[in-house]
Amino acid sequence: MSQFGYKGKGLEFLTSNKIEIGNQVKIHADLIYSGVIMPRYEHSDDHHIVLKLKSGYNIGLELDKIKKIELETTSAIKKEVIRRSSQPNPKLPKILLLSTGGTIASRIDYRTGAVTPALTAAELNASVPELSIIANIDTEVLFSEYSENLLPEHWIKIAEKLDSYSTSEYDGIIVAHGTDTMQYTASALAFSLAGFPKPVALVGSQRSSDRPSSDAALNLIAATRFLIEIHSPGIFVVMHNNSSDDEIACNWATRVRKNHTSRRDAFKTIGGPPAYIVKANSIEKDKMFDIPKREYVPKIKFDSRVLLIKYYPGLDSKVIDYATDSGYRGIIIEGTGLGHVGKTMYAAIEKAKKNGVFIGMTSQCIDGMVRMTVYDSGRDLLNLGVIPLGNMIPETALVKTMWALANSKNSDEMTKLMKESIALEFSD
Amino acid sequence: MSEIQIDKIGLLVGLEIHQQLATGAKLFCRCRPIESDEYSIKFSRKLRITSSELGEFDPSAIFEKSKEKTILYSRNPESSCLVEQDDEPPHDLDHNAKETVLIMASALKSNIFNEIYVMRKLVIDGSNTSGFQRTMLVSTGGNIEVNGKKVGVQSICLEEDAAKLLQDSKDTREYSLDRLGIPLVEIALDPVSGTPQEIKDIALTLGRMLRATKRVGRGIGSIRQDVNVSIEGGGAVIEVKGVQKLDQLEKVIEYEAKRQHGLKIISEKLRTLKTEKIIVNEDVKNVIDIFKNCKSKIIQKSLAEGSSIKAMKIKGFAGMFGWEPYPGIRLGKQLGELVRFFGLGGLFHSDELPNYGIEELEIQQIIKILDVGSNDAFIIVAGNEKKLDIVIESIIKRIEDAKNGIPAETRAATITGETVFLRPRPGSSRMYPETDIPPVIVSNTEIEQAKSKIPKSWEENLLALQKQYELNQQLSAQVFDSEYLDLFETICKDKKIPPNFVASTLCGTITNLERQGMDSGLLKTSDILEAFSLVIDGKIAKESLEMIFGSIMSGKSKTISEAIRSNALNTIEDTELHKILDELVESSRKIIEEQGLRSMGPLMGLAMKTLRGKVDGQKLNQLLENKIKIKIDKK
Ligand SMILES: [Zn+2]
Repeated sequence: MSQFGYKGKGLEFLTSNKIEIGNQVKIHADLIYSGVIMPRYEHSDDHHIVLKLKSGYNIGLELDKIKKIELETTSAIKKEVIRRSSQPNPKLPKILLLSTGGTIASRIDYRTGAVTPALTAAELNASVPELSIIANIDTEVLFSEYSENLLPEHWIKIAEKLDSYSTSEYDGIIVAHGTDTMQYTASALAFSLAGFPKPVALVGSQRSSDRPSSDAALNLIAATRFLIEIHSPGIFVVMHNNSSDDEIACNWATRVRKNHTSRRDAFKTIGGPPAYIVKANSIEKDKMFDIPKREYVPKIKFDSRVLLIKYYPGLDSKVIDYATDSGYRGIIIEGTGLGHVGKTMYAAIEKAKKNGVFIGMTSQCIDGMVRMTVYDSGRDLLNLGVIPLGNMIPETALVKTMWALANSKNSDEMTKLMKESIALEFSD
Repeated sequence: MSEIQIDKIGLLVGLEIHQQLATGAKLFCRCRPIESDEYSIKFSRKLRITSSELGEFDPSAIFEKSKEKTILYSRNPESSCLVEQDDEPPHDLDHNAKETVLIMASALKSNIFNEIYVMRKLVIDGSNTSGFQRTMLVSTGGNIEVNGKKVGVQSICLEEDAAKLLQDSKDTREYSLDRLGIPLVEIALDPVSGTPQEIKDIALTLGRMLRATKRVGRGIGSIRQDVNVSIEGGGAVIEVKGVQKLDQLEKVIEYEAKRQHGLKIISEKLRTLKTEKIIVNEDVKNVIDIFKNCKSKIIQKSLAEGSSIKAMKIKGFAGMFGWEPYPGIRLGKQLGELVRFFGLGGLFHSDELPNYGIEELEIQQIIKILDVGSNDAFIIVAGNEKKLDIVIESIIKRIEDAKNGIPAETRAATITGETVFLRPRPGSSRMYPETDIPPVIVSNTEIEQAKSKIPKSWEENLLALQKQYELNQQLSAQVFDSEYLDLFETICKDKKIPPNFVASTLCGTITNLERQGMDSGLLKTSDILEAFSLVIDGKIAKESLEMIFGSIMSGKSKTISEAIRSNALNTIEDTELHKILDELVESSRKIIEEQGLRSMGPLMGLAMKTLRGKVDGQKLNQLLENKIKIKIDKK
């Protein structure tokens, strides 16, 4: 059992001395230390306790060196409540911010070091005061998950929520999202809500919002400006365009990829410039960017029995057999170069096709077209029934396959859907 | 005005030493701490901090907020990476830096914690790309013995150095990232009473202890002292930042003692006067119309910029802004520093007027508009309309504080040994845990190992130096205390050059050039090494070093080869040398005939005119003497 990271001897020490987290104590060891008992990190050992000294520093004291602990005050850590400081201005456009997790804004209690996410409109406006000047923001917490924990069920929840606002008074909707799987959610929304009449911006932060240098606030401000100034319907990922705080890119949902683990400008539109760039005093559109008109017919269904597999020298074809035997209905291959896999895969691919599994080909080069008519191996694969997916990004192809499988009656219809441009997933 | 009696004012000084470590890497990445000439990567940022987060915790952060600027950063990929760019989480703590701080803590008998937590200390002036400085408390307690007395150690921290400020202008501030993240050890000592000289001795002793580890950076900027100064009955403890040299430390303490005691005397006098609170709506007026044709340069500049000009009446303050209990210590100067902090040119007060282009006629108009009585004072200040109101608020607060003595503030040391207002004193609660780094575990074995590596004392180190290089005591002390110890040992390693000469060049020649106003900062370690190896190889003469270093330190030359070329200091071939000397002897036939060997003096003078720095002096002397002898013998 563990409480605030304390377990075993440490927990016993605190309980037997009737000390709780947040208590002000005096500890007699080599010297006398006064401070507040702080939580421990999970997975820490059980023979230290953590104290926050008056100077602000945290230290870990070894239990064996502690001669005495005295309780000074029991004052619990207070939670500050922020009230809306200004009334909403009826003249400003209305924006809805849906939280799904990942803290786009947060507050720090410097007394305890605790970071709490800013979730209510009041908290958000307190953290990013610029927002209240350009829009009235309502907030709604959909769920609170690290984005690596999201499942297709979560995409459905978000899509259904957006759908419920498709004819609302909001000028646009911001979806606050962890960055790790943001591109998958973006694609899922783009396909299931193709033709959505309002602008939607997925926003996250690469550098945590608890640091003064965070990219979060600027991404949020830029997204708000983009929604109310441009009114371009559709799903966009709005994040930094470079490492500076001067340009924010609005990337089209199905063409964006997280290309760096930590940089602010990790999100890049593949194969071209971002659709829009928000600058200090202007928003610039890419000349080539154009969304064809499309009737809004939401199709919010996904079949997650799809495998995304990267081909590499030595890949065991049994992986594909396993997928076929386990009832997978689609496989997206990240092939080499123009869209190839080695001969050792052919038998397994053939078997999969015979069992009605959809097999689509993308390239692990990420950038560029799949062209399977150039070399023999490509032609062989076409003959086996592998469908080339142009320059669709592998992750986008995966999500599209999940969506197309759930929204088609047979494999012909499925293949047709996959080849058709639904949400600008092919960039040419 | 009187002379201050520094031992009678209850002076207390707490030293806080910041020493750069020379571990060859940054604290949280493996970038090398080198100084760059060029920066190929540039980016700009805005740091954000909202008042609701700060609550009432941190006046200094709010103060910085009022000066919000775009921050431009320049970096060189050789000395910084994405960690310094705040585009990547920190890597593991540099184990070398960890070991070094444990050794230092052990040497100071300080109690080391078994679990160290890396904290983020909010710094939003842009000097840290993240908006915070990573810092950890390593140990508390301990002491250092100085001249037989024990001075207590409060705490020892390991932290990151800040970025170097390149430029600070109206809307932007520019930093380079070479220095950001270099490990720094911060040692805070208990406040002690004593003369500035005694405090200086403490700093010197501690500095020597740190240098004895041979793991610290040397040279300007590698060690900085902050001093916390207070006087009895004065009120706040004043933090003075950025003392870089020990001589400066002594002066800064003297100045600060004088300033604080002066302000205390002023506050005592103010309490006997009948003064009144300033009411903004009544006592502050826009007076721009009065100054339309004013001759003051500051006023003219403000008018040209479209600024606003306001005057303020302060009841009962007549004479108090200009009164100096000690030379140079007056309230008016404190206010001037305050408004300059906000980027305004300065302020005028009634005790110094008419002057600076402001004339009697204008003064009379102000007196009329503000209804200034004979016991009242007034202030004029010009600046951007929006900013001006904030500034006036600060001035009012400062004037009200004057009655209470010395307001809490952070001050900066100047090169001349004075102090100027930097910002209000920060609160202490602006720290929170660095969640990107797990706690640093210090095992008892590591502590034992550190104890076994405690360096030799300064005295022992000196004896070793004296013995190894046959230096006298004074010179070995100079070398050890200078920034050149490592360099000295490198140059003398091969024993191809007399250590005495190297030591006196490094500690004498360069210091002399500095005293002539030249900048040793321009002379890089690599330059010095290059020059000495040229001497060793016989490519230049020993005597030319002074000219070469002077040429670089004065900014005339950028490299050693450039300095050699521009001063024509290349040694000449022996045949060429013989030719020149033969010609000289030939043309001086007459003197030689008349004076014999005594002609050596004047002839040497003539030879030096053309050969200075190109030939080893001793060699020249020898050759010339031989040639003269031959000439005499032939005769
Ligand atoms: Zn680095």
